[in-house]
This record gives sequence, structure tokens and C-alpha cells, in this order.
Amino acid sequence: MMKKALSISLFLLVFPVCGAASPAWAQDAPVDSTTVVVAETPPQLEAPAPVVSVEAQDTPDDAGKSITISWELSADDVAGRRNVTKYIILRSTSPDGPFDTVGSATAGMTTLTDGQVDNGVNYYYKVAALAGKFTPAGEKLFAGVASPLSGAAKASGQWFHIIRTARILPWVLVIGISILWFINVAKKGKDLYVRPIAGLAEVEQAVGRATEMGRKLVYIPGTQDMDNVQTLAGVTILGRIAKLAAEYDAQLDVPVSRSLVMITSREVVKEAYLNVGRPDAFNEDIVRYLTDDQFGYAAALDGLFVREKPATIFYMGAFYAESLIMAETGNAIGAIQIAGTANASQLPFFVAACDYTLIGEELFAASAYLSKEPKLLGSVKGQDVAKVLILIAAVAGLLLGTFKIADISGWFQV
Amino acid sequence: MKREVPLIITAVVGIMYIFQYFVPHEPVSRFSDWFSDWFGIIQAFAIWLGALNLMKLSLLKVARRKKDWMYSLVTIIGFAAIFIVGIFFSRGANFQEPGTRFMFIYDNVYDPLSSTMFALLGFFVASASYRAFRARNKEATMLLLAAFFVMLGRVPVGDMITKEWLQLPHWLWLSNWADWVMNIPNTAGQRAIMIGIALGIMSTSLRIILGIERTFVSGD
Repeated sequence: MMKKALSISLFLLVFPVCGAASPAWAQDAPVDSTTVVVAETPPQLEAPAPVVSVEAQDTPDDAGKSITISWELSADDVAGRRNVTKYIILRSTSPDGPFDTVGSATAGMTTLTDGQVDNGVNYYYKVAALAGKFTPAGEKLFAGVASPLSGAAKASGQWFHIIRTARILPWVLVIGISILWFINVAKKGKDLYVRPIAGLAEVEQAVGRATEMGRKLVYIPGTQDMDNVQTLAGVTILGRIAKLAAEYDAQLDVPVSRSLVMITSREVVKEAYLNVGRPDAFNEDIVRYLTDDQFGYAAALDGLFVREKPATIFYMGAFYAESLIMAETGNAIGAIQIAGTANASQLPFFVAACDYTLIGEELFAASAYLSKEPKLLGSVKGQDVAKVLILIAAVAGLLLGTFKIADISGWFQV
Repeated sequence: MKREVPLIITAVVGIMYIFQYFVPHEPVSRFSDWFSDWFGIIQAFAIWLGALNLMKLSLLKVARRKKDWMYSLVTIIGFAAIFIVGIFFSRGANFQEPGTRFMFIYDNVYDPLSSTMFALLGFFVASASYRAFRARNKEATMLLLAAFFVMLGRVPVGDMITKEWLQLPHWLWLSNWADWVMNIPNTAGQRAIMIGIALGIMSTSLRIILGIERTFVSGD
């Protein structure tokens, strides 16, 4: 080992500097146009054609402290000539160096973002295309030449995300105004027609069934925490169903998988029981915590279903792989099951195992439907109108694209 | 006030999140990190409420010899065992390192039990598929046919039938049928659902930010 190190040092002494266009041998070390690191025995490895053009500019639409470097591929990194293993990016605050390696990119890539810079400082970049090879001893060696210098680039933060503001904000405004307008119309007392949803029409019957059979009504508000909008929707629907359960004197059971969901759900159920004048029927253990663990929770619920055979089970919120484990067990015990989720990958499982399934947006509309409050129904109507607008845009885009008049797909990319 | 304060906090945080989407500059870009940190802190405290609730209900069930009390006993023993071993007998803060008693329980009890539950999915998918694919009506028959072609097109025998035995033209190979079903009608349906979900989230968020939807806030 000592002998090898000494030998390398000797080579460095003998061949200290090569010209900018000379090939360089390196052992995973930075390659600069003016620095050469020499291996013990130079292998038969040719440096690929250098990158001839490098550009560096402030990364657009960001908080700053970031510069995007782009380069043209080496002439040896094109179809038929794949001699480049990777590119390494060298950076300096002075055009004269010294240059440090700040990142690498695989062959074929033409951009890299350097997120380790300070705002307001000029940075200069070079890119070296490297060819790599393993020696018989198992060491990986690289050969490459650095590109010419990029222009000076300075990082800064932007106050507005131009693309998002131009492409998304108009839609947000149009859809938001549509929803707000219908909420306002509903406030004024105008009757709004909102399309019926089969699953929600059966909720009352499902709660009544639990009362008639004298069995439990189990409500599961998803398996995610309160920072998930689906859980929020699930807890909101729980409030409506708890009211029905209190009115029908059904035995409500809400086993949850998150502590914060337990606390919030408990408040919601308590409020529902108070609102229908049944504070005596409320018991805080109606809402209970089981476990945060995904499959532990599924196992606990499966056990509950099999032992206590609830008459009705609601699944409303975000679910993952546990959805089918629970829904199939519920199906096997003959419970009426109504599910709702916005996790598209779990919808087929619920559709196959449950009696009714609220698909995606219906989960978010469910609370408004069940409450029958005009203001909430107004928001659902606004949502439907927004959907019509999007449908019109989709059909317009389809026609424009099909007849090669214009391609507007880029308008929606952010 | 108990209702108003949470509603104001919700509205302010909601608006800040919207603002952050369009304004990348600091400190606006840090809003979500700050809120995530706060949420994590609240979550860490709240976990005790959940754990205590689980223990309280389980202990009461065992003490009162309620129906199926033995399952609660298993819960209490499991909870106590992992808690005591994790805190006192697993190298303190390094309890997650390989070779600790905590990791022994994790690897030899928790992991196999979790995998067992996950493995049940295989059987449940079979039983659910059997029910879903019964040709009871027009829609179910279409589903059955689509599933039949996709499944057959995704295995080598599918192409063997259409390519080798029947020697059909390229566009009639079953793998191409399967790809068409997955890429065209399936993707279109998925996108329609995703657009609906996005609108639903927007509508729900607006209701919550504006305080129209306030079921989740207690009033007393």
C-alpha cells in the first residue's frame, strides 16, 4: 500500500501539469482542465470528447440558493458512440479556480441543479465528460477533459412562481369563483338541484338496520392522520352519521388508528349527540384508539368484525393496502358496507367488497349531501359547474389536438 | 371563542398554504415546513392520549371480565413487553440498532405478524375478484371480458395463442389488447376520477377555510 502511494506521488511529481485539452486520469477525483491525477499504471482508457458548451443560470421559480447548469452532450455521448460514463460538474467563485466537484450526472443527462450555493455570489462552472473503467485490481478509473468555462451565474429567490401563476391561478380563480357564487346563491334561499348519489341515499337505511338488528354500527375514518384532507372529510361525515346514530339510538363504534383523529372524532361525535338532544347517550369511549400500525389496525378490525358482527360498516377516508382486508371480512360477516375514498388505487377493492362506494369527489361531497345545508350544497353545485368547465376544456383540447390546430397540453404542465 | 379561534387558525393556515404554492420566496417557502414541524410536535404528544386510551379500555375489559377479555389481556401484555424492553433493556436511545432486544422482538414477532396480515391480501383479492367478475349484468360482463383479456395479455401464453397458434396480425395479439385497455380506457377513467378528486379537495378546502364547514370544531 505504501509502495503504491509512493509510486503515485512520484507520477504526480514527474507529470504535474497538462494542457487544458490533454486527457486526464483520475480515481473518482475531480477533473479540472489544469489538474491531473495520475494512477500507478495508466490503463488503456481514452478520454471522451469534451463538452463544448456549458450554461449556468439562476434556477427559475424557486426560493433561491440554487443554480441550474446545462450543457451540450459530449460528441462521444450520442447514439452509436456511448463512451461517456458520467459527467462531473465543477464549480468555483472565480473564473481562474480552484474548482471543486459539486455533483455528477449520468451519461445522457444535460442538466443538473446545484443547490449548495449562496444568493448574490457569482459562480463559474465547468463540466467534464468522463469515461470509466475497472482495473484488474477492481479500482475504477476515469479519464476526461473539462469543458470551457460557463458565464457567471448568481442565485436569487423569486417572489412569484411564473408558470404556476400563469397556468394554475386562472383555473383556481374560475373554479373558486364558481363555488363561491353558488354558495352565495344557496345562501339567498334558492333551491339548487344536485345530482343524487346512490351510496348516500342508503346511509339512513344502513344506520336504521343497525338499530333494528341491535348490533353495532362501525365507522372507520380512514387510516391517515388529521393532516390528510380525506381524513378531514371522513371526520366531517362522521358528524352527520353520529347524528343519525343518536336519533336512531344505534350503537356507534368508532375505532381509529391515529390519536389526533381520536381527539377530533370524539369532539365531533359529542357535538352530534348534543345537537340532537341525546347527551345522555354519548360516551367518550364510542371513539377509541387501536393502533397506528397499518396491519395491526386491520387485524384488530378483522377481529372486531368477526367477534361482534356489526350490522353496518362505514369506511370513509384515506385507505391503502388494508382496505381489502377489512372490506372482505366485513363482506364475509354480511354487514352492509358503505365506503368512500379518494385513493384511486383502493377504489376497485371497495367496489368489489362493499355494497356502495363513494368514488373520489363523492367522498368530499358526502358531508354536504347528508347535512342538506344550502350553503354546503351550493359548494357541491359549484364543484359540478367547475367540472363542466374542465370537461369543455378537455374536449376543446382533444379537438384542437386531433385536427392538428394546436397542442394545448403544455398549458396544464407545471 | 372555543369555536372561533380554531376556525381562524384553520383559515389563516389554509390561506398561507395556497399563498406558498404561488410564492416560492423565503420565508413563504418555509411555511409548510413550519406547519409540518408543529404537526409533528402535536402528534408526538397526542400519541400518549391514544396509548393511554387503549390501555384504559383494555384494563377495564379485563378487570370486569367482559366478553372476549382475553384478547385485551394479550394487548396489555404485548404493549407492556415492548414498552419495558424498548425503554429499559435496549441500549436506551439506540434501541433500533441491530442486536437489541427491541429489534429482536421487532424482527421475530412484529415483522412476521405484519407480513402474515399483508399476505392475507392474496386470498382476499381472489375472493373479491370472484365476486366482481361474475357476469350478473351488462356492466359486470364487460368487466369480466376486460379482466380476461388484460390477465391473459399480461402472461406469455396470451401472445402464444394469438401469435404462434392462431398467427393473427400484430394488432390482434392479446398483449396489444391488454395494453390498449390499460392505456386508453383505464387511463381515461383514472384521470376523470383524479380531476373529480382535485375539485372535491378544492371545494372542501374552500368550505373549511371560509368556515362554512365546521363540523370538526366543537362548539361548547
